[in-house]
Amino acid sequence: MGYYFKKVFLIAAKDLRIEFRSKEKIYSMMLFSLLVMVIFNFAFEPGAEYIKDVAPGILWVAFIFAASLGLSRSFVLEKEEDCMQGLMLSPLDRSGIYLGKVIGNFIFAMVIELISLPFFAVFFNLSLTSALPPLMIVIVLATFGFITVGTLFSALSVGIRGGDMILPLLLFPMQVPVIISAVKSTGLIMAGSGIDTYSQWLKLLIAFDIIFFVASFVIFEYLIEE
Amino acid sequence: MKEKIKTILPYVDLPLIILALYMVFIYAPTDSYMGDIQRIFYFHVSFAWVGFLSFFCNFVGSIMYLIKKERCWDILAVSAAEIGIAFCLIVLTTGPIWARPVWGTWWTWDPRLVTFLILTFMYAAYMTVRNAIEEETKRARFAAVIGIIAFLNVPLTYLASHLWRTIHPDVIRPGGKWGLDPAMTATLRIAVPAITIFFVILLLRRMDLEGMRDRVAELKKKIMKEA
Repeated sequence: MGYYFKKVFLIAAKDLRIEFRSKEKIYSMMLFSLLVMVIFNFAFEPGAEYIKDVAPGILWVAFIFAASLGLSRSFVLEKEEDCMQGLMLSPLDRSGIYLGKVIGNFIFAMVIELISLPFFAVFFNLSLTSALPPLMIVIVLATFGFITVGTLFSALSVGIRGGDMILPLLLFPMQVPVIISAVKSTGLIMAGSGIDTYSQWLKLLIAFDIIFFVASFVIFEYLIEE
Repeated sequence: MKEKIKTILPYVDLPLIILALYMVFIYAPTDSYMGDIQRIFYFHVSFAWVGFLSFFCNFVGSIMYLIKKERCWDILAVSAAEIGIAFCLIVLTTGPIWARPVWGTWWTWDPRLVTFLILTFMYAAYMTVRNAIEEETKRARFAAVIGIIAFLNVPLTYLASHLWRTIHPDVIRPGGKWGLDPAMTATLRIAVPAITIFFVILLLRRMDLEGMRDRVAELKKKIMKEA
């Protein structure tokens, strides 16, 4: 069992190392996330009262768009030079490839989100310090939920022609429960409400995470058999 | 046997549909509050139920395909998905026609509306993926993966949008009580099976069509080889 996880971490570490050396994905995801926030700033009157109501939505749109940009690249690397073939030949269960990719993608997305968060607070003139601990829980749960299905669909979309066009079509409708829960709970946390007001959203996020992690974990091996 | 059912079903369904139409437009009383527009409800509910049923058939077909790897399950999945999208579009059209005079708005972000809209989007993406893949087994496998994941998402989408807000009328109340006139309930009880059988007829035809396409492709390959 420990051996299995060691290999899973090797896959995640490989992805992170490639990214750490080239930094192409992180930069574009980061810039994209910031740009979404800036563009939305123009859509709404700056300094208006209602900005506090729409801010959580903007934050999550930025996060999810940036994360899906990263996801669309997740398996492209493996396609070049037939690396996927190599991964599949390695003495590792297919599900291990999925797990490694999930860990890598999750770390990418979390890094982007943690860097974007201070910018978000500055752009929208919000004080997030007191809300930070519960907000982190929401961010972790929602990002994980997004990444579980996202990694599965990312593996699927590299296998088809025009896949990068199709990935968002698959991804966004799937993420509706995550988006609703994340936006709602973020709004309640930022308004300073207690945990009992948003605990139902956290439960929903946990349910989504578990269901789709297990389902994707099981299904993944059917997806990449060639 | 299967052929016999295929021939008989339309003859069973036709009188049932005529009866349903009679009941919807003549037998069922006019709603005292909503007026005649309420009559759209019988078909709206029937198509919604069948739309859901067809996605369930897609779900079953998808799982069975991944287990058995037999083409027939993929045929079931694609046929059900296609009909499901068509029926969902009927639901999404009849809904607003009713909602405009009753709720005063074409569209609202109610859980059931959101769920059906998202369902339609998901299966539209499912069809897009199918169309983008040439190779048969790969197409079936990828489609099955999406079919399973998409169906699992339905209860969560419903739950999320339900917690979010709801104004959709609950016709069947908790405890199995119907908030309807008995004549209306009877009408619904005829309309639902009429449309369900209609769905079965369509599904069987669509599956036949897919089988014929396979046969044509096979023959084409054979001719190419000979030539």
